[in-house]
Amino acid sequence: MDIVICIKQVPDTTDIRIDPETNTLVREGVASIINPFDMYAIEEGVRIKEKYGGKVTVISMGPPQVEAALREAISLGVDEAVLLSDRAFAGSDTLATSFALSEGLKKIGYDIIICGKQAIDGDTAQVGPGIATHLDIPQITYVKKIEKIENGKIVSERMVEEGYEVVESTLPVLLTVVKEINEPRLPSLKGKMKAKKSEIKIITTEDLKIDTGKVGLDGSPTWVMKIFTPPKKEGGKIFKGTADEVVAELMNEIQNGFV
Amino acid sequence: MNYEFTEEQLMIREICDKIGKEKIVPVRAEYDKTGEFPWDIVKILSESDIFRVYLPEEYGGMGGGCLEMCIATETLSKYCGGIALAFAATGLGTYPLLLYGTAEQKKKYLPDIAAGKKLTAFGLTESNAGSDVGGIQTTAVEDGDYYVLNGTKQWITNGGEAEIYSIIAATNKAKGARGLSAFIVEKGTKGFSFGKKEDKMGIRASVTSELVFEDCKVPKENMLGRKGAGFMVSMKTFDKSRPGVGAQALGIAQGAFEEAVKFARERVQFEKPIASFQGIQFMLADMATKIEAARTLVYQSARDVDSGDKNVAKISAMAKMFASDTAMEVTTDAVQIMGGSGYMKEYPVEKMMRDAKITQIYEGTNQIQRGIIAMNIIKEGASI
Repeated sequence: MDIVICIKQVPDTTDIRIDPETNTLVREGVASIINPFDMYAIEEGVRIKEKYGGKVTVISMGPPQVEAALREAISLGVDEAVLLSDRAFAGSDTLATSFALSEGLKKIGYDIIICGKQAIDGDTAQVGPGIATHLDIPQITYVKKIEKIENGKIVSERMVEEGYEVVESTLPVLLTVVKEINEPRLPSLKGKMKAKKSEIKIITTEDLKIDTGKVGLDGSPTWVMKIFTPPKKEGGKIFKGTADEVVAELMNEIQNGFV
Repeated sequence: MNYEFTEEQLMIREICDKIGKEKIVPVRAEYDKTGEFPWDIVKILSESDIFRVYLPEEYGGMGGGCLEMCIATETLSKYCGGIALAFAATGLGTYPLLLYGTAEQKKKYLPDIAAGKKLTAFGLTESNAGSDVGGIQTTAVEDGDYYVLNGTKQWITNGGEAEIYSIIAATNKAKGARGLSAFIVEKGTKGFSFGKKEDKMGIRASVTSELVFEDCKVPKENMLGRKGAGFMVSMKTFDKSRPGVGAQALGIAQGAFEEAVKFARERVQFEKPIASFQGIQFMLADMATKIEAARTLVYQSARDVDSGDKNVAKISAMAKMFASDTAMEVTTDAVQIMGGSGYMKEYPVEKMMRDAKITQIYEGTNQIQRGIIAMNIIKEGASI
């Protein structure tokens, strides 16, 4: 079974700042981490391999420094790593990113593709479903448990607002996972040493033989007008007194248009 | 500070630090309170290959030595000196096998120890034999293909939880220290049971138990080294394990020091952080200097052990003694800097102070260490 995990390198959100002049994220001096939701995807992929056998590959798109994230994934039990890296990918939105990743996935081969439910920087949750759409395969989002994989089918539980749904799908399939699915392991010493020695395969637009107009800024219909820090919510007003007094005071405020 | 670590040594430190921060800190106070054995953390350590760091590659280890053992012990002890001991005491229990085991014995036991599947323990101390090893009362009497062990070992770290025990017993009582021999005894051997589990001042996440031998038949092939070499097995084991105790003490000291610095920067009195007062600053400066001196000594002693130098008794004793005395001083001062808060269980330093005390006592009291150092100095003096 070929299991492929899609990961994203994101800035560590414990230290997020926005440049008020340019309205963009300040990236200088901010540590990069694997998107936390993708850590659950990695763990689940490794668990599937441990239970059913197969190979786990991790794929990401980004500049060369994303190699660090891919090596970390190897230290956690992933077998191989692939990086889509090319200047032509720069500025890709979720549509272009999911297209590029889907082309990379076609090249690698897959039975199960796993993504985190969303990235903590953009928070769109669109790339996973986008990949499934480009590949024209089924997708199961918000997966919290994989019940079984057998006879070319997968049965999983996906979280919905009031409980969960049990969904069966044929393979190949794309899953996005939530943090309830597992507890990611810590890296092992052997894993870290393997990660250090592993070769990260770089794939460019030329390798993929794709139209560069479909990736990067040219392939991205999304335009970000402005990024800003939302104003802090001011504390509400508390009315004190008996119920009658409070209601009267509240009505007064409403009528005067203060609430 | 650059300690000239290899990339692999840095990885050990990084992994242990992550385990400490993410897995040990949230549970250490609870283990300290209940005195239960931290099997969940032991499992994480084994999955992370930490039990492999000081063992040879041919037996499933990572090929490191005493320095790797010290780096792991120090880093884990920074977060909990008690939990770290499940690992460090396994090192102590494994050294006799590593140093004196035959190829068959190593092949039989070391792979499971390296994988963290089995913990080990070292059993020497008895009610009347600690500093005076010659006072050992446990006997091992030859009987056909076996030795029959009788007696009780006291205060054995990992006792009851470990699977493999290195036991020192008298094969010839009349000869005292020269009549001792070392044996591997497996948990589950008939006649081998566990007595009282001790209720301790500190390192409460570590288990300390009595080992009871009643006509316990141990196969002859389980003897470590030759008959009558038990004292030497013990002393050579301690020469190599003492930097590890130093590392444990060092970790505890570092943990307490960092808590004290953090507190001193945040705590405001007389409208200033207390870190701005010279009285506190001088204490912090002394603590940091002693820790750094202890660290250098611990690492150097570990490097000497790994170099294959036969005469490491003196520097090992120095490292153990100096680091543990430092840990006691630094943890006491950390409590002092933090005042009432430091004394309360809400903060971790009172536990660190309790944990530090044992490092001055076990694997040879610090008075025994001074004796070893002095004896070596006098011996060296003869050749000046």
